[in-house]
Amino acid sequence: MKVAVCIKQVPAKDAPLQITDSGAWIRETDIGFEMNEPDSFALEEALRLKEKHGGEVVALSMGPQRTKQVIKEALAKGADRGIHLEDDKFFLLDPLSSAKSIAAALKKDNFDLILTGLQSDDQGFGQTGVLLAELLGLAHATIIMQIELQGQRLKLKRELESGWFQWVELPLPAVLTIQSGINKVRYASLKGIMAAKKKEIAVIMRESLGIAGEPTQRVERIYVPQKAKRTEFIDGSPKEAAAKLLEKLRHEARVL
Amino acid sequence: MKILVITEQREGKWNPVGFETLVAAQQIAATQTGSRVTPAVIGKDVRGLAEELAANQVAEVLLVEHDLLKRYTPDGFAIALRQAIAQLQPDLILLPHTYQVRDYAPKLAASLDKGMIADCVGYRAEKERIVFVRQMFQGKTAADVTFIGAPPWFVSFQAGAFRGDQVSRGATRAPITAIKTDLRPEQIRTTPLELFREAKQAVDLTQAPILVAVGRGIKAPENIPLAAKLAKLMGGELAASRPICDEGWLPMDRQIGSSGQTVAPKLYLALGISGAIQHVVGMKGSRTIVAINKDQNAPIFEVADYGIVGDIFELIPALTEALEKTK
Repeated sequence: MKVAVCIKQVPAKDAPLQITDSGAWIRETDIGFEMNEPDSFALEEALRLKEKHGGEVVALSMGPQRTKQVIKEALAKGADRGIHLEDDKFFLLDPLSSAKSIAAALKKDNFDLILTGLQSDDQGFGQTGVLLAELLGLAHATIIMQIELQGQRLKLKRELESGWFQWVELPLPAVLTIQSGINKVRYASLKGIMAAKKKEIAVIMRESLGIAGEPTQRVERIYVPQKAKRTEFIDGSPKEAAAKLLEKLRHEARVL
Repeated sequence: MKILVITEQREGKWNPVGFETLVAAQQIAATQTGSRVTPAVIGKDVRGLAEELAANQVAEVLLVEHDLLKRYTPDGFAIALRQAIAQLQPDLILLPHTYQVRDYAPKLAASLDKGMIADCVGYRAEKERIVFVRQMFQGKTAADVTFIGAPPWFVSFQAGAFRGDQVSRGATRAPITAIKTDLRPEQIRTTPLELFREAKQAVDLTQAPILVAVGRGIKAPENIPLAAKLAKLMGGELAASRPICDEGWLPMDRQIGSSGQTVAPKLYLALGISGAIQHVVGMKGSRTIVAINKDQNAPIFEVADYGIVGDIFELIPALTEALEKTK
């Protein structure tokens, strides 16, 4: 089975975010980046499918030079080769334009299965997987918690809201978006890291994909949100703060 | 401006978030001259639900029915709704940001080569345009987003962004228009099977008056008992954000958020929870929210009534000791 995994590189979870003066994006200097967490679960699922059924895992990422790091990480964990849509023109595209670029890059490989995380931890559009399916003419299912391969069909456990799940079946080839927590993600071994150095990463520029089309939406500015509530901050030593908080909960909010 | 609202039902029961989206549509319509709000209901044997919608202040109700729409499939819903859109020619298509909408709406929009601004929390009507507000970086920042190019424009609104009980009722009943839906079995690639719930719920957190919830900040499973003890002293139950349950540190039935339970206790104490949107939608209705987090910019503080910026491993013992003393 030939599986592609779409992986995004996002600012590290604990990175202090500072918005640029123009409000267009965050300051990228001095912060760390990491593999988007939902995508790391998708990668793990792809590697497990390969271990069980054979085939190939291809790790794709889109973004500036720094993005190559997450492809290398995927190769170190066991992906066979990488595709890097490395072009400043791929940076901060709207969801449809992003998906059109990725779809064009994936098209000629005829993958049996394309996996993505359910959303990214930075922009959080949560659309890429579904858009890829539509653009490539494939069946899809989202927020997947279990994958069973049954010949040329997949049996999938979809997560719904409020603790509900549903089994669905669909034919290959297909696109799935993977829910966090579907598996336990592996670490790269030293051997894997060494082996990754010999693996191929194909670099693709936007012009070569022949994509036309204007963006459908524009992020005008990002900013620190206005508070929905006025928060009363309590300070002091842990002991003082604890005492003050309990006092307020008992006599002000009257909930204790 | 013609606004189409796609409501959501399953087995004849409303998903209440659809009414919040209807309220959003009514409010947006009030800012644009000559606006018409048209809600649609999609499924099989859902005329009764269309009748309910017709009592609201809307121009008309679209009834999108077909045998093949009895159970949700992304192919079936996208094809049928494309036909409804072709007939109505709306400028703006509003949807509740449910798991189901996430599954088909981007596909529906892309099939028309249109974009979708998903998971919005609000809007601002400005001169000749509407700015949609959504969150980024798990709620740490907000973003103003606008459409480029010709309509229709697709927008989904997060649960809780509008109040469903503020829906305006109509003076007269709106007409119901049945859409001629052309759908063939071979167009639907997904086979939906049974719906089920995982193992029985051991605890019903929705009934607990006090919840003490832990997030990633608890760091390791061996630290959970610290929070459990505090919960017990406060007379509450222990709850968690999704990553804690994913790790198996607490069972899934203690998970609060969009994929877990929605709760509104009188007191919600969030320990080391950053406050990602998916968690906040499950607890923001709580009467009093207390957040303790080492990151003063954590989005959880946006919904907190009381906040302490500090180390939970100092504050949990301090609270525990203080409570033990007063017992």
